[in-house]
Amino acid sequence: MSVHERVPPTKITAIYVYEAPVRLWHWVNAAAILVLCVTGYFIGSPLPTLSGEASDHFLMGYIRFAHFTAAYVFAIGFLVRIWWAFVGNEHARQLFRFPFWSGAYWDGLLQEARWYAFLERRPRKYVGHNPLAQFAMFWFMTVGTLFMIVTGFALYSEGAGPGSWQDSLFGWVIPFFGQSMDVHTWHHMGMWAIILFVMLHVYAAIREDIMSRQSMVSTMISGVRTFKDDDPD
Amino acid sequence: MARLETFYEVMRRQGITRRSFLKYCSLTAAALGLGPEFAPRIAHAMETKPRTPVLWLHGLECTCCSESFIRSAHPLAKDVVLSMISLDYDDTLMASAGHQAEAILDEIIRDYKGNYILAVEGNPPLNEDGMYCIIGGKPFVDQLRYVAEHSKAIISWGSCASFGCVQAARPNPTRATPVHQVITNKPIIKVPGCPPIAEVMTAVVTYMLTFDRIPELDRQGRPKMFYSQRIHDKCYRRPHFDAGQFVEHFDDEGARKGYCLYKMGCKGPTTYNACSTIRWNEGTSFPIQAGHGCIGCSEDGFWDKGSWYARLTDIPQFGIEANADQIGLTVAGAAGAAIAAHTAVSALKRAQHKGE
Ligand code: HEM
Ligand code: HEM
Ligand code: SF4
Repeated sequence: MSVHERVPPTKITAIYVYEAPVRLWHWVNAAAILVLCVTGYFIGSPLPTLSGEASDHFLMGYIRFAHFTAAYVFAIGFLVRIWWAFVGNEHARQLFRFPFWSGAYWDGLLQEARWYAFLERRPRKYVGHNPLAQFAMFWFMTVGTLFMIVTGFALYSEGAGPGSWQDSLFGWVIPFFGQSMDVHTWHHMGMWAIILFVMLHVYAAIREDIMSRQSMVSTMISGVRTFKDDDPD
Repeated sequence: MARLETFYEVMRRQGITRRSFLKYCSLTAAALGLGPEFAPRIAHAMETKPRTPVLWLHGLECTCCSESFIRSAHPLAKDVVLSMISLDYDDTLMASAGHQAEAILDEIIRDYKGNYILAVEGNPPLNEDGMYCIIGGKPFVDQLRYVAEHSKAIISWGSCASFGCVQAARPNPTRATPVHQVITNKPIIKVPGCPPIAEVMTAVVTYMLTFDRIPELDRQGRPKMFYSQRIHDKCYRRPHFDAGQFVEHFDDEGARKGYCLYKMGCKGPTTYNACSTIRWNEGTSFPIQAGHGCIGCSEDGFWDKGSWYARLTDIPQFGIEANADQIGLTVAGAAGAAIAAHTAVSALKRAQHKGE
């Protein structure tokens, strides 16, 4: 698959990789996740009590409203991103693929892991995501996002009630996990999985920007990947 | 036993006046959420239909379902339904005992083959061939299978019959097993709760007896009319939840003011039942109104989810019991430390190779 192919030994220094919808999605998605994590945490462990009458405040209501609004942005964004995988360029599809049967992929993954373990002096160059990044993106983001959407809308269906589309589409999830509390717990665990990804992802992006042989953060902003050397491998 | 007696005849025989009977019919219609035009239909059905016997078996249980049932808010409903049931078999309520009682089972099964309702309170333990619960000298599971075979439908009373309840708590030494996992070929109506609300119980029985069909059930087999909303959806403390006003300790100002019990571990947001609308003991109160969080007694597995006083429940799969936040923070902390260490080594390596 061409996305994992190492850069051909020609003199390439800049390639347009991430089209505008991918970049836009990336940052909108990141913002939505930030809101979801903060509000989600406070749904599980609410802020200190406010005094006075119930009619004086609506704090928990606003927190939940923000969670659900960001949830819709997150879910619709994901659908749009899936659509773009069909119409966009080759690199738009990488997020949704896990090349389990490709030997070259596993070889690249090993090399990249060795690079992170300080066992390689130089990483390889990649036009798209490197194999380690793809591993994390597929399992934490593609699968993780799906998991958060399914469990999230299942929880939402409990408020929307029987007969709502959320209930028709996702209501089965509640008994599937056991009961409502189990879905809450798994949804909550999912948040920590995503937080773990974000921590490693942001660290890796910045580190690669400095230490690897190609551009990173600017690529997710301008869409253009530049390489720091023209060596063949 | 008069085979073709109608419900109405049975009631009259039990000394219930026609006036009381009609009142009962309208009460039932109201309890079931049906319009007033249904009262005459219920009356008509009860006057003309041959009565359907209900056999009430007891397995591993604490009898709280029966205790709840006989405290139904409308004495009338209770008397009527009870008189219909106790006529047949309920070993904790019936007058007869011993062989005489067991004979009734055989008699009803013979006379009403395929036409009686089986109500089960408690559940059968399956380990050691069911020896952990013996009824009349035989394992309860045998009695359950025997009576279930020719029944028309089964009502699983309470969380025991529906889900297993405390006797099925890990590690479940007796292998107490909910009814639907033992009897798989009959329609089963689950009426969970520990115990279920009396009015819910009488209404379910009445619905089945008068309309001759089972009430509409949700995905988990519970009657929709009583289990389609969470305690939280109709809780009178909900405005405090939305406002962000919580009881932080049982003796604080918030507790006195009746703030929301979410932080005290209230399971109302994850519990489907009718407590916050019908309430208990003739509509007097329910746990949250008494100042204690809901423990989620009508939910599957409520007995194995850690503290009743913690909002985030334990995840026992992680060896030492921990909740999602404790696990997540540990992992995030470890990741943070790893990142810091990795950054340091990266910087060092880079400095080493500078100028190469
Ligand atoms: C990255 C994505 C998401 C994260 C990190 C996240 C996080 C959380 C967390 C931590 C909770 C508290 C769980 C608890 O302990 O009770 C929660 C609750 C909830 N989330 Fe999410 N969530 C995400 C996506 C979604 C989505 C897509 C929906 C869909 C509408 C959703 C709907 C809900 C609902 C309905 C609740 C329960 C609210 C309540 O009990 O009042 N979430 N979320
Ligand atoms: C909630 C936060 C974030 C999430 C969930 C997230 C998720 C993702 C995902 C799913 C991709 C793959 C994009 C695709 O193939 O369509 C990606 C790529 C990328 N992200 Fe993020 N991201 C987050 C925050 C950030 C931040 C803060 C930065 C900058 C420091 C960043 C830099 C990048 C870069 C540079 C790439 C491209 C990597 C490559 O070229 O291999 N991300 N991110
Ligand atoms: S007391 Fe319990 S059920 Fe009532 S609003 Fe608070 S959390 Fe919900």
